Amino acid sequence: MLKRLGPSAVTAGETTSAALFPSRLEFNAPVHGTWNIVHIGMLVPEAHQIYVCALNCMRGVVLTAAEMGALDRFSCVVLKEEDITRGTVEQVTLDGIRDVLHRLPKLPPCVIVFPVCTHLFLGVPMGRVYRQLEEEFPQVDFVRAYMDPISKKRLIPDKRLRKVMYDPLPPAEPDPSLVALLGSEFAPDADSDLRTILRSGDLRLRSIHDCTTYEEFLGLSRAGTIVSVFPSGEWGARRTAERLGRPHLYLPATFDYDKIEAQEERLIGHFGLPRPDYSAERASCEEELARTLGVVGDAPIAIDAVVHPRPLELARLLLEHGFNVREVYLDGVNEEEADALDWLRENAPELELSSTILPDLRVAPRTRATKTLAIGPKAAWFTGTGHFVNLVYGGGLWGFAGVRGMARLMREAWETEKDTRDIVPRKGLGCVSCI
Amino acid sequence: MRRTNLIVPTYTGDVSGACSALFELGGMVVIHDPSGCNSTYNTHDETRWYDQDSLIFITGLVERDAILGNDDKLVADVVDAARELSPRFIALCNSPIPFISGTDFAAICRLVERACHIPCFYVRTNAMHDYVVGAGNAFEQVARRFVDEAPVRAGTLNILGATPLDLGVAGSDATLRAFAEDAGFEVVSCWAMGSTLDELARAAEAEVNLVVSATGLKVAQYLRERFGTPYVTGLPVGAFAERLAGDLRRAARDGQCLWPHRDARAQRGRAPWALVGEPIATGSLASAVERELGVDARVLCPLEAHAELIGAADALVEGEEGVAEALRGAEVVVADELYRPIVGEGTRLVALPHQALSGRNGWKSAQDPTRVDVRALLAGQA
Repeated sequence: MLKRLGPSAVTAGETTSAALFPSRLEFNAPVHGTWNIVHIGMLVPEAHQIYVCALNCMRGVVLTAAEMGALDRFSCVVLKEEDITRGTVEQVTLDGIRDVLHRLPKLPPCVIVFPVCTHLFLGVPMGRVYRQLEEEFPQVDFVRAYMDPISKKRLIPDKRLRKVMYDPLPPAEPDPSLVALLGSEFAPDADSDLRTILRSGDLRLRSIHDCTTYEEFLGLSRAGTIVSVFPSGEWGARRTAERLGRPHLYLPATFDYDKIEAQEERLIGHFGLPRPDYSAERASCEEELARTLGVVGDAPIAIDAVVHPRPLELARLLLEHGFNVREVYLDGVNEEEADALDWLRENAPELELSSTILPDLRVAPRTRATKTLAIGPKAAWFTGTGHFVNLVYGGGLWGFAGVRGMARLMREAWETEKDTRDIVPRKGLGCVSCI
Repeated sequence: MRRTNLIVPTYTGDVSGACSALFELGGMVVIHDPSGCNSTYNTHDETRWYDQDSLIFITGLVERDAILGNDDKLVADVVDAARELSPRFIALCNSPIPFISGTDFAAICRLVERACHIPCFYVRTNAMHDYVVGAGNAFEQVARRFVDEAPVRAGTLNILGATPLDLGVAGSDATLRAFAEDAGFEVVSCWAMGSTLDELARAAEAEVNLVVSATGLKVAQYLRERFGTPYVTGLPVGAFAERLAGDLRRAARDGQCLWPHRDARAQRGRAPWALVGEPIATGSLASAVERELGVDARVLCPLEAHAELIGAADALVEGEEGVAEALRGAEVVVADELYRPIVGEGTRLVALPHQALSGRNGWKSAQDPTRVDVRALLAGQA
């Protein structure tokens, strides 16, 4: 019989939709390895970010830049109460950005501007602000971002940013041997199937991570094909590809062998490349997973949605291979893995799906009676373990090599304890963190 | 333009100030804001968040509810969580969008209180002021709501305005308590580190109040007005501690309010030493500098502090440019490390982390401000 687990957790068998929990008050766990809009914006080489907002709303972003040691690429324009009551938000925004640009020691080639919820609610005509700025600073590319977390009907801020940050890419003659990966915080690992397959056809994969100058970044528009692998980056990559007149392949990282094979078929079909030996790849994954099971045994496993966009597929993969997956920490189901939820509902109805933000979790015990392996930093915090895979958004894992990579990371996590208290509060895993 | 900070971060805002002030009191603080901005309070400004549970939440406001004025959801969610978690009180904080739409927090507090029978009050905030305002308003609300008349006990005091935002490291409150006891006072309550809500509720028993940061001034003035309790401003730093202790005894004896963090200094012209930050901490340190090193020192306050906290040679300054201008000509500047880019050539910066500016970036080098060795400042080591 299924057990009800309280307001912040359900069993897989109980679930009826992708919305697992009702909207209630929320708390913010002290786990910050994910990237925010500051981290993402910093990927654009030589770009300067300007945020226009109230003091308290500014704090998280300005100190993100400080934590990255990148305050020289970040400026603030502070909105005050009187701007709202006197209707001067537009003027302060314009004057503030101007002031920053005049005071910077060197004009940056690109400025990413972040107005906020206040601009939206007051109907500030940002188009007019940008037109004015572009007239005054014609040598600068102004990127129209937003920090408006209140907007649920529009694009969420990071998804929008993953598109607009590529808006400066100019039209260019396509180079068929160049493939651009857009919309991801991480470049695929060197041994990922994506790189291996492209290498087999003498194709070069480039992404923003390879660019050290703004000029190099603009050169991404020469790519003959645009690829995206991260769900929140798909929309931006697709729109950019449409604008530049390039084909776009969305190939999200997955833990389902059949889906991996289907994606690789798409890739090789697009470029006319030789087919990999899928049987060997599958066998190699099986071997790696068996080896990991031999190390981890029946230790309880908790997975979170921070570690990978497809935590339920990962849970399914591990359960199918004999691992003792007990909990998955997530606040909703990514529609791309709805089939994984269906499978879990049928085959693992006792699996606990737990929220990460609901109020009772603030005071819930964060220890487990048995040594637990956490896959993801949030799961580590919630279960109080030092044995965890410290990865966000799937890192550079992709394809069958991604499955093997995850299995390896699980072994390493089980064998070597980490300092959870020191690691998980650090912001933006993979970025500089000065704390 | 005073609104732009080219490279120096902005200070902690009012909402975070309120959360910091109320953190240890067993209440539930609810920030009416979308998920994402003000929830970062705990990331950068709350040293206690990882190790100590406190019921601080956001409502996750979305545009539809804001536009349509769906306050029912806010009330229902707060009541729901309160019933589940049984906090001692509920404090609601505002943010820009509910501020723009004029959400009636007083009425919402009444609805919540009626529904769950837990004291509920609004802390006036809107994310557009700094932490001095938010923490100050939070302390004042606690006093209004929980402190009742009580017979004054001789030789007792409250410490007002103690938060990690100004005191930096855990245990600073213990140093303050030790100072008070050495000065001959029993501590009734410390607002609000290391004290319970019940202890704060007994604040009217105190003979005098020690205001250790600008966040404590508003509640000090309220307690003065309501119970007649005199207050004294200062942090016990170096040689200034002796003066502060003497003023506490004097205030207790004469019932006068005293401002030694400001008045113990010469307050002559443009002093060669400039200290940037919260006015009571920097004023106290400046007083210690004058006493121990024999050099004049002035305070530059970039916060929304009450003008009475600022001496004749001190200044309230606005924004990064305001600080930079006021620093011109200074020989030595004592300020958070993040001010370094705007300290001119030929001026020596002595870095003292201020949590309300550098947040967790300064945690590793944070120190108890009452233990700063003034003589070591000369050697560039705080």
